[in-house]
Amino acid sequence: MKRTMSRARFDYRRSWHKFSKNFLSVVGLGVVLLVALVAIFAPYLAPYPGHAEFYVDYPEARESPNWAHIFGTDQFGRDILSRVIFGFRYSLMMAVVVLSLVVLPGVVLGLVAGYYRGGKVDMVIMRTADIFLAVPPLVLALSITSVLTPSVFNAMMAVSLMWWPWYTRLVYSISSSLRNEAFVQAAEIAGASPFHIIFREILPNCLGPILTKMTLDAGWVILIGASLSFVGLGAQPPTPDLGTMVSDGAKFLPEQWWISIFPAMTIVLVILGFNLLGDGVRDMFAAEAV
Amino acid sequence: MTEQLLEVKDLHVNYKVYEGLLKVLNGVFLRVSEKEKVGIIGESGCGKTTTMKAIMRILAANAIVAGGTIAYKGQDILQLERQELMRLRRTSMSMIFQDPTAALNPVFKVGEQLEDIVRYSESTTNAPTKREVRIRAVELLKSAALPEPERILDSYPFQLSGGMRQRVCIAMSLASAKDLLIADEPGTSLDVTIEDQIMRLLKEIVEERGLSVILISHSVGAVKGFVTKLYVMYAGTMVEEAPAEELFSNPVHPYTQSLLKAVPKLTGGGVPEGIAGRIPSYLSVTDGCRFASRCRFVKEHCHTTAPPAFDIGNNHRVACFAYGGS
Repeated sequence: MKRTMSRARFDYRRSWHKFSKNFLSVVGLGVVLLVALVAIFAPYLAPYPGHAEFYVDYPEARESPNWAHIFGTDQFGRDILSRVIFGFRYSLMMAVVVLSLVVLPGVVLGLVAGYYRGGKVDMVIMRTADIFLAVPPLVLALSITSVLTPSVFNAMMAVSLMWWPWYTRLVYSISSSLRNEAFVQAAEIAGASPFHIIFREILPNCLGPILTKMTLDAGWVILIGASLSFVGLGAQPPTPDLGTMVSDGAKFLPEQWWISIFPAMTIVLVILGFNLLGDGVRDMFAAEAV
Repeated sequence: MTEQLLEVKDLHVNYKVYEGLLKVLNGVFLRVSEKEKVGIIGESGCGKTTTMKAIMRILAANAIVAGGTIAYKGQDILQLERQELMRLRRTSMSMIFQDPTAALNPVFKVGEQLEDIVRYSESTTNAPTKREVRIRAVELLKSAALPEPERILDSYPFQLSGGMRQRVCIAMSLASAKDLLIADEPGTSLDVTIEDQIMRLLKEIVEERGLSVILISHSVGAVKGFVTKLYVMYAGTMVEEAPAEELFSNPVHPYTQSLLKAVPKLTGGGVPEGIAGRIPSYLSVTDGCRFASRCRFVKEHCHTTAPPAFDIGNNHRVACFAYGGS
């Protein structure tokens, strides 16, 4: 893949021009970069890094936002801002791990099914994908994580298992229509192997939609991860996961609202950031109206 | 008789569709000897492209080859293993498509696509270096009469005009066509002046390189002066085969006669007479002659038996009961 990108020589200036035409895309990019930086440098940025781990300080429990604790403290007296900052790490890790597990098999299956369109291979791959899509995603993830022991790792596995068919479907829709394009036939006539046709003729024409979907999906994967944590099937305490924090604070609503509202707002911010960024990526790959 | 490069015998191709079985090709025959220029004419939808796709083995997934052989240099293409087929396509034969806009991959520069083909079309023993490949690509573009080949190699397909793109396609096919070149209406999607240029260029190139050519067209004018032998196709059957001169001066099949009459003349004479009716549906073809429903000389038995190709001398063959049989 790297090779094809460098062969097609990506035009950075033109792409940036198309991307930045919409100001909100730039905002999205800013949010995502900020979140990523904060996650990376969490130990240096968090006012109380120790609060991200096992820590109890009952005298300071459930304090409303003040100068010492800008987002307030939770039921164990832990600083919520610090925990939110560390929470970014788990959210982003979720997105990165799930997407990197999902995209490769999903895309390859879609390409292969599209290449052998109408045949047995196509049917087996696409009907399997359909079966996975037919189960409501959260239900599937819930049942998988509840069978296995709840942990961040198992939550990632569960989400990955339900996510690949989306890539297979997306790529299949493009590759199956490109299959009969004259340039693919021309490649066949020139004696190209199926491998060449799949990865060098068809795949480069699918990259735009794949990248767009990946960016948009990052937000949704984070949301599903947070949902799993919210119902107790994802990250386990005292892990500072945004979903877990929202669910912890739910017991104290509406009086001690800050315990769940600040982590919840953060989830909104991250997902919004990825969505805006995704729109920008889509614009970047869109054909220019001349 | 000269060596036959390609000999198609009794080819039957069907398409499986929702409505049933489309019996498209029905006993197609075709012979191309070395360095021979052959034309196939017929109206749209009569199976010209399907025949070529069968020869190249790029038929759609729902196509079924129901019978016949395609002998190429003595081997039946339909029986070839994939490796053998790939070798043949890389080194011996190639095809130019009707629409040059669609025949180039939109996300790669022309040079990248052309160089790929050059790299794989050379003998497999010693891989050419990057420089050699580039030089060869430039040569190919020059032989397709493209100015500034270096600039064109660095352009994306959308930056070129239709005529230039078709020249690029010709250059590409020349890289791997060392024996046979199939040109499927190479000028149809271009305007007439460009079409004329492309046809002249093509003729020049194939004569210079000694290639065999199959030129497909629905325009009688485009093949005249290009080919030495002509086949007339109608509804999936070969209705007439003759040397070009002979066919134009002495067309015998009723369909050919009407087809030649349908060409408008610059010298006036009003709108030429067309051929009434249309190609029969491939879903419900009868065992009889497929032209029977439009034929002015139709007889009773034409509807029930298909005429074989009768030899009427002068290398002229025609599939019509008016010239043989009972």
